[in-house]
Amino acid sequence: MIGYVKKKQKDTPLKKLINVGIALAVPICVLILWELIVKAGLVKATLLPPPTKLWKTFCSLVSSGKLQSGLLISFGRVVAGFLIGSLAGATVGFLMGLFGIVNKALSVFVNVLRPIPTIALIPLFIIVFGIGEKSNIAVIVVGSFWPMLLNTIGGIQNVDSKLLELAYVYRIKSTKTVFRIILPSAVTSMLTGLRLGLGTAWMSVVAAEMIGASSGIGYMIMFARELAQTANMYVEVLVIGLVGLAIDRILLLVQNKFSRKFKGIAG
Amino acid sequence: MSDTILKIDHLKKDFIIKDQTVEVLKDISLDVRRGEFISLIGSSGCGKSTILKLITNLEDPTSGEILIDGEPVKGPSEKVSMIFQESRLFPWLTAEENIEFTMSKKIPVNDRREIVKKHIELVGLNGFEKAVPSQLSGGMQQRVSIARALATNPEILLLDEPFGALDAFTRINMQEETLKIWEKEKTTMIMVTHDIDEAIYLSDRIVVLSAKPGVIKDIVNVTLPRPRDRSSLDFMNIRRKVMLALYDKESDRNIEYFI
Repeated sequence: MIGYVKKKQKDTPLKKLINVGIALAVPICVLILWELIVKAGLVKATLLPPPTKLWKTFCSLVSSGKLQSGLLISFGRVVAGFLIGSLAGATVGFLMGLFGIVNKALSVFVNVLRPIPTIALIPLFIIVFGIGEKSNIAVIVVGSFWPMLLNTIGGIQNVDSKLLELAYVYRIKSTKTVFRIILPSAVTSMLTGLRLGLGTAWMSVVAAEMIGASSGIGYMIMFARELAQTANMYVEVLVIGLVGLAIDRILLLVQNKFSRKFKGIAG
Repeated sequence: MSDTILKIDHLKKDFIIKDQTVEVLKDISLDVRRGEFISLIGSSGCGKSTILKLITNLEDPTSGEILIDGEPVKGPSEKVSMIFQESRLFPWLTAEENIEFTMSKKIPVNDRREIVKKHIELVGLNGFEKAVPSQLSGGMQQRVSIARALATNPEILLLDEPFGALDAFTRINMQEETLKIWEKEKTTMIMVTHDIDEAIYLSDRIVVLSAKPGVIKDIVNVTLPRPRDRSSLDFMNIRRKVMLALYDKESDRNIEYFI
């Protein structure tokens, strides 16, 4: 059945184990199949290295410290760009959400610039800032700016008008209304903006490094391609995915904790 | 200080809906005495809630004037507090934080705490000071909002169908508590309701409004001693009076049936 599902009693430990088993079964089967196909010579190992080879490559990349240092460099860029981008997004979003006149004045810019893929800006930034940190970070700034901006505006515009009526009747000052009614009401939506922003920041940094950097995980992929180290490329691409997943999960936890508070869910 | 705390003088309010002017209130005049309990009753759309919105300046009148203690209303008055149909609590604040939120910053922190404590006791919520709204029942949430309204020490308390969303038992309970608070605090109260029994149980005067356009149809005085017996003959007679004022003459026979 799709749709309504009756509430079930809590799963027994055995049922839980089975559920985990089902979730793992398919990936494991795929890995085994992959290994067998490559070993049988159906696919060239240079194009698609077998999982065992990938694991060995991963271990050597970790033990040589290359993977960690590459990730660390990329991460540093993400943090710098993300902080600037989301702060700018929140600030502009607040101004646009609170003041109709700012919203009107900037809406043309937002509507024209927002659909531009961040990657399309990389060549432009390289011309302006040159190859190096500045252009890398500029890409991340833009990538994390938009989700934060739009979610901040959305959050502010969705403030319960009944609470604002109450504030008016009880003569609450504007600053108190902004910081103690509007801001808490917008927190949930702003956290979504942060989460989406960090996601795009992570994707943007890889793209930026592939084009205009000489370090970082994105650069490592391009470098591996030049040396035809297929296994390294696969490992690095997979690691990007796993790191992205980890970032999202951590922020999801933070978001749930905070939104529970601001939605008034106890516990 | 004059006896009249609130004077509504030839009040008129039009709304513009899809380019058409709708006359919501037409020539409403009413003097409310200090310490009086007034109910505004009428069918939906008669503009009874609009009167409260005009008193709190949430809306501006089309013409006419409202005077509080002789001063024309130009903004939300510090002498007025309001209780809404929904409790309108901040979901992220505890009960006591919600009550303190609307209190003036001019009051020293310790005094504020004292006032909050007193009002939590007044509405019988001892032990729930630290609870957030989602942990409280609908009736308890409304008690918090009553405490919040009273903690600002208003001279006039407006109640916009305050118990409309509560179940019958809780509603009667809350009416009794409101009565106790009114007798104790001597606050002038103006309540919008569509519950005739509630109006008779609480009010000194019941203002019956008719819709389209909203005008005062009748004012019924209730002089029965409090607490009032809802099943007494006098109570029934007043109820009949209000009913007759509420409905048109043609439907008199139906009304007789319901009474």
